[in-house]
Amino acid sequence: MGLLDTVLGRSKAAKPNLDELFALPSAAVTLQAALDLNPTGVGSVCVKPAEGQAFAGLQDQVEALLTVDEAGGAGKYEESTDSYGFTWLTRRTTPDDIAGLVADLHAVNSTLDEAGFGGALLCTLVAFSDGVKPTVGLVYLYKRGAWYPFAPIGMDKRDNKRELEIRAQLGADLKIESDLSRWFPVWGAPGL
Amino acid sequence: MSTTRIRPDHKLQARMTFTIFLIGALYVGVMAALIAAGLNVGVVIFFAVVILFCQYWFSDKIALYAMHGREVTPQEAPELHGIVDRLCALADMPKPRVAIADTDIPNAFATGRSPKKAVVCATSGIMRRLDSDELEGVLGHELSHVAHRDVAVMTIASFLGVAAGLITRMLFYSEMFGFGSPFGDRRNNNSQDNTALMMLAVMVVSMVVYAISFLLTRTLSRYRELSADRSGAILTGRPSALASALQKVTGDMARIPTHDLRAAEPFNAFFFTPALANGFSISSLFSTHPSLEKRLEQLSEIARELGQPAIV
Repeated sequence: MGLLDTVLGRSKAAKPNLDELFALPSAAVTLQAALDLNPTGVGSVCVKPAEGQAFAGLQDQVEALLTVDEAGGAGKYEESTDSYGFTWLTRRTTPDDIAGLVADLHAVNSTLDEAGFGGALLCTLVAFSDGVKPTVGLVYLYKRGAWYPFAPIGMDKRDNKRELEIRAQLGADLKIESDLSRWFPVWGAPGL
Repeated sequence: MSTTRIRPDHKLQARMTFTIFLIGALYVGVMAALIAAGLNVGVVIFFAVVILFCQYWFSDKIALYAMHGREVTPQEAPELHGIVDRLCALADMPKPRVAIADTDIPNAFATGRSPKKAVVCATSGIMRRLDSDELEGVLGHELSHVAHRDVAVMTIASFLGVAAGLITRMLFYSEMFGFGSPFGDRRNNNSQDNTALMMLAVMVVSMVVYAISFLLTRTLSRYRELSADRSGAILTGRPSALASALQKVTGDMARIPTHDLRAAEPFNAFFFTPALANGFSISSLFSTHPSLEKRLEQLSEIARELGQPAIV
């Protein structure tokens, strides 16, 4: 915020950065090679639903957009609401189709952004698993244009060691959120 | 291209700019008058700066202490932290510290000298009364105070009032107890009379300046509250949740005794609803917060705009 905004007591809604999302497929390759973490084929978009008919109508639109594929049998899409009142739009594809998953998630994002709800986008989460330890998520923060790993153990603990391990591996592929205090937990997110 | 649904409120901004201009004009006028009168007010200004700087610098500690607020970890208050986490990620701002004040009075406040040093505090009373949507609305309002740097803005705006209040008080006591003028020395009887007259004039002017500056800062404070309501509602996308929280909380606030909160009232904390509950009965001119009707009206306007087609 500039000085004028401070004096006038106004704040502009932070704009989402959707571009860094496309760096994920190359990061997935790195994760596979370095830590044996494979995508599970599940990705989700988390939105803060605004009140009013405009947003509700938009949700139908997104739903229509995503279920087109379902008819063709390519994937599955779910909608759920978490305890904070945020909506998770979850997309399930085959594990090897990470590029397709990212494209689908991007379609949801840009639809919301173009309709004026870009400010409502919270994060995108893509799940990875090594088949032994609990599933980890790579979380994309739209407003920061940056990623961070989230490795939950159970419902209220996180495996910080593993998260830092992942960060160390991905430094070259993804823009990682440097402020650790912004790595907020998303307990019970779909796909984890 | 950026698309939005909410129009900026130019009227509110214009009113705020005008109020700030008046405060600035008053400040310049008083300083010019003091210099023209040849008065040495260095001492007063020094004290006013020290007082305000301490209030500003330690605003988080003072307010938490006055309200018996206690900083809580994510393990202690997962829901509160979860809401703040998400709102900060939506707004792209650093996460402030989170505190809980163990009192049944339903209120919340944000304070701290900068967004990085900020602390957001909710009372256990407000957490008990509101559901999570409403609590989120309240926290959105408080985070907007943090983002707008209201502690800094209001500290600067209240400078002249504090200085004028100090001058009035110093002169009052020096008259009463005959300590002599802080602004000059007495050489003979004749100049003593002049000095006394001069001091009386300065005292009257200081009182008037104090009164005007008090009204102006209160006006500015009400505009800042409206701004925080507005930004908070836009951030959460749920103006109606904030409106319902306001209705629940202000109704309760008016009914309960005010003693506890009055102790915190002079400090630089941005309460959700006025800490001074009898602010409702006295003229709205003196109130730090806009009337409930005005706040609800603005929120329903935002709710209407949210339902309308996007503006490119």
